[in-house]
Amino acid sequence: MEVDVLKKIPVREQEPKVRAANFEEVCLGYNKEEAMAEATRCIKCKNPQCVKGCPVNIDIPGFIKEVEEGNFDEAYHVINKYSALPAVCGRVCPQESQCEAKCIRGIKGDAVSIGKLERFVADTARKNGIKPVPAKKQNGKKVAIIGSGPAGLTCAGDLAKLGYDITIFEALHKAGGVLSYGIPEFRLPKSDVVDAEIENVKSLGVKIETNTVIGKAVTIDELLNEEGFDAVFIGSGAGLPRFMGIPGENANGVFSANEYLTRSNLMKAFDDVYDTPIIAGKKVVVVGGGNVAMDAARTALRLGADVHIVYRRSEAELPARVEEVHHAKEEGIVFNLLTNPVEIYEDKEGNVTGIKCIRMELGEPDSSGRRSPVEIPGSEFDIEADTVIMSLGTSPNPLISSTTEGLEINRRKCIVAEESDGSTSKAAVYAGGDAVTGAATVILAMGAGKAAAKGIDQFLSK
Amino acid sequence: MFKILKKEYLANNIWLMDIEAPRVAKSCKPGQFVIVKMDEEGERIPLTICDYDSKKGIVTIVFQIVGASTQEMAEYKEGESFMDFVGPLGCASELIEMSVEELKKESILFVCGGVGTAPVYPQAKWMKEHGIDVDVIIGARTKDIIILEDEMRKVAANLYIATDDGSYGFKGNGCDQINELVKNQGKKYTRVVAIGPMIMMKFVSLLTKELNIPTIVSMNPIMVDGTGMCGACRLQVGDDIKFACVDGPEFDGHLVDFDQAMRRQRMYKTEEGRAMLRLKEGSTHHGGCGNCNE
Ligand SMILES: Cc1cc2nc3c(=O)[nH]c(=O)nc-3n(C[C@H](O)[C@H](O)[C@H](O)COP(=O)(O)OP(=O)(O)OC[C@H]3O[C@@H](n4cnc5c(N)ncnc54)[C@H](O)[C@@H]3O)c2cc1C
Ligand SMILES: Cc1cc2nc3c(=O)[nH]c(=O)nc-3n(C[C@H](O)[C@H](O)[C@H](O)COP(=O)(O)OP(=O)(O)OC[C@H]3O[C@@H](n4cnc5c(N)ncnc54)[C@H](O)[C@@H]3O)c2cc1C
Ligand code: FES
Repeated sequence: MEVDVLKKIPVREQEPKVRAANFEEVCLGYNKEEAMAEATRCIKCKNPQCVKGCPVNIDIPGFIKEVEEGNFDEAYHVINKYSALPAVCGRVCPQESQCEAKCIRGIKGDAVSIGKLERFVADTARKNGIKPVPAKKQNGKKVAIIGSGPAGLTCAGDLAKLGYDITIFEALHKAGGVLSYGIPEFRLPKSDVVDAEIENVKSLGVKIETNTVIGKAVTIDELLNEEGFDAVFIGSGAGLPRFMGIPGENANGVFSANEYLTRSNLMKAFDDVYDTPIIAGKKVVVVGGGNVAMDAARTALRLGADVHIVYRRSEAELPARVEEVHHAKEEGIVFNLLTNPVEIYEDKEGNVTGIKCIRMELGEPDSSGRRSPVEIPGSEFDIEADTVIMSLGTSPNPLISSTTEGLEINRRKCIVAEESDGSTSKAAVYAGGDAVTGAATVILAMGAGKAAAKGIDQFLSK
Repeated sequence: MFKILKKEYLANNIWLMDIEAPRVAKSCKPGQFVIVKMDEEGERIPLTICDYDSKKGIVTIVFQIVGASTQEMAEYKEGESFMDFVGPLGCASELIEMSVEELKKESILFVCGGVGTAPVYPQAKWMKEHGIDVDVIIGARTKDIIILEDEMRKVAANLYIATDDGSYGFKGNGCDQINELVKNQGKKYTRVVAIGPMIMMKFVSLLTKELNIPTIVSMNPIMVDGTGMCGACRLQVGDDIKFACVDGPEFDGHLVDFDQAMRRQRMYKTEEGRAMLRLKEGSTHHGGCGNCNE
């Protein structure tokens, strides 16, 4: 295979027209030849910058070298030392602003496609039945993990490898956190990828108790004092949806992105075999510009709707990954930028009929350096819609903080935890991921789970 | 898996089941609810906890067949199991959180309609166990569909039955009975707790507002996760938006916007839901009723 060192080997994707009507994965990934060819583009720097760009410091040149030589199983074991969820990260990490942003190749030409290589390695290992290696000996100490998202799974996996007896408690009926209920099938296949990676964590001896809401069924204090756990890690995420507080927001046909995505992903409403209904809508307006908004918009599109995204800043400020915005546009989603909703119209039965918006312009940069949007007076206009999906961000659920004595939280309801080791204001209780930072990314949550695993190990080894 | 230890037919398509669920039974309180998911393809169905035995690890649910999922649930047999059963969810009844001393100063009237009689029972029972006298009204269309009458008689100081057609007890609905007790018999109540269909809770709340009696209602909007994650259950309560699954399910009946809540509850209801889907999408295959010919 011919390689132009300045250009990455392109990855195959489903045609936009075809994929807009199905829930199959958009990106098809590299095959063996493509992966090995792309791997040759890595210079294997002595002082690799990419590793510094990775929140869990994966030995990137190390695994790419194995790929180049065709040792795919070895490559998997290199990654698995650092990450329990490579097939997930290879798909959803914002590599363009992390490892790939630091790649020396990127100075003149394209960065090495680290994410696509990681995905290839993880997918190949799964097909070959390669599993992570469990601990040889148990140390008899019990740790409870709350939440089975990336933070919880990582913390659980790392501690299990060290010989701890781990139980994950998950509120929903299915493990995976946002990976299961939020991110859609066409970006992150559930049974092939997410469930398989969860099985890998279980193969290390980790037990998962679903349907258990901590703070309701049992409290953290009870886990520590009555159920014999030596430490607890809180990875409960930031799942509480925000609404705007504009008139008409409770009309029938207004959903939070979480509800819309949960119905489609977790409850599989897009599949007729499942009982949960979804009102997909014909004309859908999604409010917001993050990954969640893109996912909601592209889900609605696949359910047959015309979709508009309404976002109050300009394209440059869209918080979603570049790749997701690009895919959304290719599929035919219309972007109404510098636009903000002011009211949702409803008919006599309370059904949504449209949305009134106002145009915005970017004002002076605020203290954070972001230019804040200001309304242009008199510029109101209407968009016809039967469904409005609010994707305005989420905040941590107070369920745990309000039922745990002595657990400090900040003004944004996030749990206060030390970044280096996840320790909180309460002894034996650690926390990390979105529950601490507010809504962030998979890899940052994993990084926090890792740091806390180290912290817990140190605490319990004293 | 959560085993069905007992199944009993009450009346009017209403079934009672005892479920083996030790974690829920150990921590639940009157007023809270569970979510049941019968099998892999099932939806998440919220049901109020109607009784529980913490020692034996049993939770009792009572449900009425109103659509496809509850129909399917009624087909489960003793000894079979539900795949998922999560709880307790929501807040415990406000009354149970009050001290017994405070409660003894109150004069409480429970008003139940239909399947709502079931969740009132454990609250009334709790009151009886703590030496607090309460009155209970059970309202029903007709005599045959009254449930839990004997049980309720054992725990209520006074039990009043009101039937629309007069086939049993007082002739009239729950509101007529309240009027009769307060206006004609001069009874004084400091608090009313109404649990039943939204329309009944709405009219009870309108009446008690006029009579100036603080009123608690138990709301049952559409839910998905039941943990505060989706907002499907949101209600307008006074000036605030509340999530019934975490802020409720009990609210001040004088503040709830019932008309909006009833509109929202109808969103997916089999009949209306199918019509709405037909209207919006040209087909009804997402209605979930199981009776489609398409
Ligand atoms: C639609 C969507 C798309 C996204 N796309 C991307 C992307 O492309 N790339 C990226 O990097 N990030 C993306 N993110 C963000 C990323 O998914 C999150 O930052 C990440 O999942 C956070 O991980 P976590 O483990 O902290 O929490 P979560 O994944 O939220 O998991 C928390 C888990 O804890 C459980 N839980 C909560 N409370 C309790 C309790 N009291 N008891 C028991 N269990 C409880 C929850 O049910 C949940 O399963 C996206 C998020 C969403 C919603
Ligand atoms: C906190 C709470 C407590 C409840 N307690 C009880 C109880 O103790 N006994 C009992 O019989 N019922 C109770 N309900 C109502 C019960 O959950 C619904 O009757 C049931 O979900 C209807 O499902 P279905 O498919 O059989 O009906 P359908 O009418 O066919 O429902 C169609 C769709 O509408 C949704 N839906 C319709 N009505 C409701 C509703 N009220 N709540 C949630 N979703 C609804 C369902 O998700 C379903 O997808 C409670 C509801 C809540 C929220
Ligand atoms: S049911 Fe989802 S937030 Fe209440």
